[in-house]
Amino acid sequence: MNSGVQARDVADAVARRSYGKLVAFLAADTRDVAAAEDALSEAFAIALAEWPVNGCPANPEAWLMTVARRKGIDGVRRRRTGEAATAQLLMVAEDQASASAEAVTDVEIPDKRLALLFACAHPAIDIDIRAPLMLQTVLGLDGKTIASAFLTSPDAMSKRLVRAKQKIRAAGIPFAIPARDELAGRLDGVLDAIYAAFAEGWSDPGGTDVARRDLTSEALFLARLVVAMLPQEPEALGMLALMLHADARRSARRSADGGYVPLADQDVSLWNAAMIEEAEALLRHASTLGRIGRYQLEAALQSAHVERRHTGRIDWTAEVQLYDALLALSGSPVVALNRALAIAEWKGPAAALEIVNALADDGRLAQYQPYGPLWLHCWQESALTAKPMMLTT
Amino acid sequence: MQYLLMLYADESGWGKMSRAEQEQGVAAYGAYTQALKTAGVWVGSNRLKDTDTATTVRLVNGKSQVLDGPYVDSKEQLGGYYLIETPTLDEALTWAARCPGAGHGTIEVRPVWGMEG
Repeated sequence: MNSGVQARDVADAVARRSYGKLVAFLAADTRDVAAAEDALSEAFAIALAEWPVNGCPANPEAWLMTVARRKGIDGVRRRRTGEAATAQLLMVAEDQASASAEAVTDVEIPDKRLALLFACAHPAIDIDIRAPLMLQTVLGLDGKTIASAFLTSPDAMSKRLVRAKQKIRAAGIPFAIPARDELAGRLDGVLDAIYAAFAEGWSDPGGTDVARRDLTSEALFLARLVVAMLPQEPEALGMLALMLHADARRSARRSADGGYVPLADQDVSLWNAAMIEEAEALLRHASTLGRIGRYQLEAALQSAHVERRHTGRIDWTAEVQLYDALLALSGSPVVALNRALAIAEWKGPAAALEIVNALADDGRLAQYQPYGPLWLHCWQESALTAKPMMLTT
Repeated sequence: MQYLLMLYADESGWGKMSRAEQEQGVAAYGAYTQALKTAGVWVGSNRLKDTDTATTVRLVNGKSQVLDGPYVDSKEQLGGYYLIETPTLDEALTWAARCPGAGHGTIEVRPVWGMEG
């Protein structure tokens, strides 16, 4: 293998493994994510030029960080020209950089990615940009790829990403893991953003839309990162379990001709057993931590479904109980509708139809696509004449 | 960093309060200001007179145009501010949430354009 190819391979590997770690570390003090990204991309460019000539450094990650820090200071200097910067500010920055340049060769770079995730999902950041922001800063995904996954134009997406990064810096959003009493609440924001990235990928599970980027593996990576750093947070464990359960059934969700296969009709031999086992283990651990939440309940629902692998049937009593708990927690009409579906399986469609009819008054369901078909299903199955309803889909 | 907490509320509310309620309100703000000072984060603060005392000025073709009234007519008006100094937005938001104004209005938290830009 020639050294140019090797240098590129090493740089690629370092990028994949430690991009987010380097961005998080470089931006932790300044909160300037955009500058950290710029400095890092310059450092990667220099690495690709220098490593083939001089050989790969022993600690490529530390090498990149040192160069990126130097580039970062150049960047500050460039930006400060014409501004009221003091010489002292630059001196402080340079002191920090040279001190770290000596120290880094055999020192492990502290992993501040969790703090970066908390900054990206800060309540002061627009909720819709949190997932894209995480994907870009922690995983280095480019704006075009993210835009494609979130069905937005690349221009609009990069403008919003730039704006969010500016807000982190200018508004003083901290790179910090929240204190104990705030952690659970703030963690919900992080988890919801990661799950949003997962759900974006999931809406095209067959990968039929080639122009669209699937983000499920990226979301799984982020979920694993949070679990690794907060192993005692039951909702983080629950969310990873939920994602693994969903992903385990990926190849069973579409028939050979690409048609959608409902859960109840799926061939259980196509489910990924290792992923299911991992999900079950995570969920068991979460349950020992004594704090229930939305993701654990949703994962438990998935878990009840996979019971079918062993028993050949689904325990609908347990399903309905889980939906009861989830409904009490969320008050979501979509949850209520799913609960009705479980009741239809358990007690028959007539019992469910009553609930579905009552839900018709909830305006929030007007835009929810599965409502109409579910009503029709219950109505037909129960062979009752109910009052005619407007089908909203 | 320095943050300006801008207190927006329906200014007509004050006049509708009883004397005792007004005294209670003043005491609450007094205690809040004292807490900021004790914590060493207070930089400055003031209550503003009602918007019917406001005058707006701008230059039109180089000549100053003076108008009676506030810049925007809205349901809630800027009624006062606190200027505080905290390490990050989180502490500023925590202080904003403790402000009596958060209970009867809305507080906008804005970083001051300091040297770090």
